[in-house]
Amino acid sequence: MLTEAFSEAFRLILSADADLFEILWLSVQVSLTALLVSIVLGLPIGTTLAIANFPGKNVCITVINSLMGMPPVVVGLLVYLALSRSGPFGVFGLLYTPSAMVIAQVLLITPIIAALTCQVMDDLHKEYRDLFFSLSIPLNKAVAAYLWDARYSLITAVLAGFGRAISEVGAVMIVGGNIDHLTRVMTTAIALETSRGELSVALGLGIVLLALALSVNGLVTTVRSRARYYGCA
Amino acid sequence: MRETRDSGKPNLQISVNNLCLDMLGSRVLDQIDLTIDQPGVTMILGPNGAGKSLLLKCIHGLLSPTQGSIGFNGLNGNPKQAMVFQKPVLLRRSVMDNMRFADQDRQTQSELEQALDSVQLLEKREHPATQLSGGEQQRLALARALLTKPDLLLLDEPTASLDPASVLIIEKLIQQATRQHIKSIFISHDIGQARRLSADVIFLNRGLVIEYSDAAPFFFAPHSNEAKAFLSGEIVL
Repeated sequence: MLTEAFSEAFRLILSADADLFEILWLSVQVSLTALLVSIVLGLPIGTTLAIANFPGKNVCITVINSLMGMPPVVVGLLVYLALSRSGPFGVFGLLYTPSAMVIAQVLLITPIIAALTCQVMDDLHKEYRDLFFSLSIPLNKAVAAYLWDARYSLITAVLAGFGRAISEVGAVMIVGGNIDHLTRVMTTAIALETSRGELSVALGLGIVLLALALSVNGLVTTVRSRARYYGCA
Repeated sequence: MRETRDSGKPNLQISVNNLCLDMLGSRVLDQIDLTIDQPGVTMILGPNGAGKSLLLKCIHGLLSPTQGSIGFNGLNGNPKQAMVFQKPVLLRRSVMDNMRFADQDRQTQSELEQALDSVQLLEKREHPATQLSGGEQQRLALARALLTKPDLLLLDEPTASLDPASVLIIEKLIQQATRQHIKSIFISHDIGQARRLSADVIFLNRGLVIEYSDAAPFFFAPHSNEAKAFLSGEIVL
């Protein structure tokens, strides 16, 4: 039975099954959009936490670090409450749309990107601070230097965020509703097809998801080895 | 105010007035009063923990003194300073990019290459800076500091643990900087190096200035017992 499921899964992938690729495309769209928003939010938050001095800085860092481990279903529930008809953002009618899924994933991965950025930038700031003072480097040039010199570590952080987004199921299931041709993504489809006993479709999606995860990890390894060459690891 | 013989340019005068520095509840620099107006290299000598690096950091502005002040005279406005640290801090990019980063006067490629050539690093201009040897890293740090054309160059044990060839290159560059009227304050544990380079010497022990005099009298007839012991190679606590 397992062999049959595997061969059917490969047939679906190789025949470029329309339903399967629709799900795959939506998954990538949602996760990449969430990733882009999280980069825009997470990099400045992490950098500011690392190099700025302000009251409550340590509390903010603790909160961001804690949010890294936030359970996806809790995020899903909070976004559901916020976007439901009676919630504060209910008027926008976003519940059970891809936008709601993007919002949930942004809330999940922004703390990851911000916290990892903060750690990387903090190390670099401690190393470069005196030099930049000595060379009278203005703040904007210093921040640009931090971002550039930490680029490999930051790419790793971003890829970690993408990995989390693409493989997440709890939050997108709650806020997206797993609606066919609208909000069905790989993880929610795998959960559904498995419960239905449609193992071939679930396996096909699982293989694609695994391939994506492996590609991301391969990219992380390549980035790390490149970073080691430049002494950035 | 003393003047250099050939340029007529007034010397940079550094006044350290009643400077005290407390760290972690203890006084690490105590009532330092100095007027450094000698051109060339002022050497700071003293045993470990004497407060040499802390004094240098206070002069550079990296540390704020608990009490007292530091003033600069002899130039219009504050002097342009550059510091070379004991452990060289290099950006995680190529040798040439490290030079470009410090270059605020937008010097030409050939000027940057000339600066690298002066520290014998031209051939390694595209190498990752952090992959250089310790001596090469320190030479790059010095070339980068000199690129900023400072009036005051602060050097915190730049030749510690370096091979003789790198020490020679660094000493030559500092002597060349002196000829270009750059004032240097240099920390070293190498008495031979101090004799070779210094115009005047500050001897510190336990956060106090024990002696401050021109180099010749300090090395040939030190006044304090601590300085005598230090110069004779005894362990000074």
